[in-house]
Amino acid sequence: MFDVIIIGAGVVGCAVARELSRYNAKVLVVEKCEDVCCGTSKANSAIIHAGYDAPRDSLMAELNVRGNEMMEELSKELDFPFKRNGSLVVCLEEEDRPALKELYERGVYNGVKGLRILSRKELLELEPNIQENAVGALYAPSGGIVCPFHMTIALAENAAQNGAEFRFNTMVKKITREEEAWRLETESGSFLSRCIVNAAGVYADTFHNMVSSQKIHITPRKGEYCLFDKTAGSHVTRTVFQVPGKYGKGVLVTPTVHGNLLVGPTATDIENREGTNTTQEGISQLLAKAQTTVKELPLRQVITSFAGLRAHEEGHEFIIGEASGAKNFFDTAGIESPGLSSAPAIGVMAAGMIRDALDLKEKENFIAERKGLLNPAALSLEERRALIREKPEYGNIICRCEMISEGEIIEAVRRPLGARSLDGVKRRTRAGMGRCQSGFCCPKTMEILARELSADMLDITKSGGAARLLVSSVK
Amino acid sequence: MKAYDLVIIGGGPAGLAAAAAARENGIESILILERDRELGGILNQCIHNGFGLHTFQEELTGPEYAGRFIAMVEELGIEYRLHTMVIDISPDKKVIAMSREEGLFEIQAKAVILAMGCRERSRGALNIPGYRPAGVYSAGTAQRLVNMEGYMPGKEVVILGSGDIGLIMARRMTLEGAKVKAVAELMPYSGGLKRNIVQCLDDFGIPLKLSHTVVDIDGRERLKGVTLAKVDEKGKPMPGTEEYYSCDSLLLSVGLIPENELSRGMGVEISQITSGPVVNESLETSIEGVFACGNVLHVHDLVDFVSEEAKAAGRSAASYIKGINKVSDGRVIRLVPEGGVRYIVPSSICLERMENKLTVRFRVGAVYKKAAIAVYYDGKLAARKKRLIMAPGEMEEICLEKERLLKEENLKNIVICIEEEKAQEGMG
Repeated sequence: MFDVIIIGAGVVGCAVARELSRYNAKVLVVEKCEDVCCGTSKANSAIIHAGYDAPRDSLMAELNVRGNEMMEELSKELDFPFKRNGSLVVCLEEEDRPALKELYERGVYNGVKGLRILSRKELLELEPNIQENAVGALYAPSGGIVCPFHMTIALAENAAQNGAEFRFNTMVKKITREEEAWRLETESGSFLSRCIVNAAGVYADTFHNMVSSQKIHITPRKGEYCLFDKTAGSHVTRTVFQVPGKYGKGVLVTPTVHGNLLVGPTATDIENREGTNTTQEGISQLLAKAQTTVKELPLRQVITSFAGLRAHEEGHEFIIGEASGAKNFFDTAGIESPGLSSAPAIGVMAAGMIRDALDLKEKENFIAERKGLLNPAALSLEERRALIREKPEYGNIICRCEMISEGEIIEAVRRPLGARSLDGVKRRTRAGMGRCQSGFCCPKTMEILARELSADMLDITKSGGAARLLVSSVK
Repeated sequence: MKAYDLVIIGGGPAGLAAAAAARENGIESILILERDRELGGILNQCIHNGFGLHTFQEELTGPEYAGRFIAMVEELGIEYRLHTMVIDISPDKKVIAMSREEGLFEIQAKAVILAMGCRERSRGALNIPGYRPAGVYSAGTAQRLVNMEGYMPGKEVVILGSGDIGLIMARRMTLEGAKVKAVAELMPYSGGLKRNIVQCLDDFGIPLKLSHTVVDIDGRERLKGVTLAKVDEKGKPMPGTEEYYSCDSLLLSVGLIPENELSRGMGVEISQITSGPVVNESLETSIEGVFACGNVLHVHDLVDFVSEEAKAAGRSAASYIKGINKVSDGRVIRLVPEGGVRYIVPSSICLERMENKLTVRFRVGAVYKKAAIAVYYDGKLAARKKRLIMAPGEMEEICLEKERLLKEENLKNIVICIEEEKAQEGMG
């Protein structure tokens, strides 16, 4: 019997797991995919919002601002890349100025610090690649960018370090109440738990509605993105949003923590909860929109496009708390933007509720710090030389574009909750994430995976499940 | 720090030929740095024949062709390192490289030849919509898996792009028992060599669908199928022409890009059109003593011309190291692509340093039938060469003679352009 089972190993599930791992509790995270960070957490803007966008007095606003404030320390504690690069909301039409003013005022009300309205001149000095016809902008110095993969993996690894268990490829089929506990029927067995956390992203309504008569409904809202090569990474240095205006919500243009440029997202409500396909209209729409705020966008430098699904709940508010009529079943549902920004605060909030409900006590031996993968590129030449002398696999470059060595890939596989697929390696090391999009390193990474996992090459997958990369040996 | 007269980045066909030529021109201290497990570069996975007709007057396979140059390099006793990745080159030619065996090390070179080759354009660069399942490979990756690693990436195949690697892989996959359902090409003409269309598609009854592209990729985990559609003159898919092909793999042969990250890092000027360094008659880049040849300079169709170009780079590097052929008056003639010519390599000529004959290579931007290559010296027609057919997929060349150029008083520009015959047939 577990004290807590968390459904979903996305950023929210992992944040809750990490916070719960502070207490003397038996915690299990179940995930339908083969790895952490495979749903909404994997495909989003990778932005830590300042908090001016969320409605006044909403939970969204509160947790966004708090999550933003926590991010710096958390990123140091758990060793994942985060940068406070600041964000700009660019206003292109005089008639949209009131909307800019409203954003400013809302931000101040929400507790966002350092907000300022910039003149056209100040804006263009700060970001020379903004279109000349911009009339002004809201500047939020506390806005930031993060690596959502590393953040989620860091939270998960730290939770695991502190005793939380993870089960992958474990889809939950059914939840029933038994006397003093919940029973979870899954693809790989049934589990009992005193308490359940529903962190199932676009599926959160499915599980909530299994146990509560007060139904909720989540709509997957698709967002498509284009990622640009690192040569375009400094096209803007801050995250550039557009004032929501007559053309809708607009798209953002932002550098990523790894030095690429990211443009997106679109917003289309769809039915299919696995509908992460990109579309012709979506891509052309977002590139066109981005060019209304940013000039000379180097379209030839796009290296990939992708889509993610936000878990949009009709009330457009985070649903965090015990589901009505379902004792000890806690929702973290409707976690759409600013969900990534809010995740650390959601973790604290949900874990606090569960601590109180189950009367959990803090551990004495909680390990707050987690060390990320060794990054040879961050070492000095001398240190790197010493590293390769000691561990020659760090001298063998596998991914040419991102300069990732065999040593890093091996570590990614061997870590607790290590990579099991090409995408798993990619999210942990960036091997295959560069301009050739794994053209060169894919066969070599597959070989390392097969060797490290003692698996047959034919069983190596791109992303788990049926995503096998090869069909047979040559006859 | 180790020191060499000449460091060659890349041990593929370009690097090997350049090394041999430099040694034959008197350079003793040469080092080739190769990132893969053997010399020969991409030729090692090109196990089909058709290589070497120009160089050796016989038909060789890729590994055989590479083998001849590897043997030459071995006989000449030229040093090389395998599994060695160059991570940085400074403008003053300090090379930082690393390998398992030697760790991280620095080398000071007097001259550098860039011969890193090219990489394939990926799906992302084309913005092909749809899911991102396993089973979507660039044709070269598939070629490596089949020919070098011994694995089949799929058994029902659609290929996008009729560049040479795509055509070759259509045949290769068929011979290995896969069913190649179609080769789709965005342009109204193939980007590959005519002989490859005949030998790799026609001979096996594989349909080549010109003016078609992939508009959707189906399958969340493993590829299930792709949707092809016809495109209009602007390359835009035409609604209503969609056709679904069930398949488990999609191979992309949609263009090659010279790999110039190191060149850019050291500050070499790069051409927007070729994506390779801008070079002069000596194949010297904008940094003195740094030369480029082969696919890192501009993408070639035939390895024979890579070898030829690389030899020229090797000779130039040798002259540079020996300090001969220094420029005194610096008279420079510019080579200007016009009307129908996309680019010319090299882009300038210093008459003093020019060898007696200089091969100038270029590509046309469209298919021309019964047209002529015209060469103008400062506006004056100097040569006109009729060609039955020219296509972007086949590199063109002309030869310039030093003697002739010297006769031109104060020559500034040489223009190369395509002139169409008046009564040209329709392209159909």
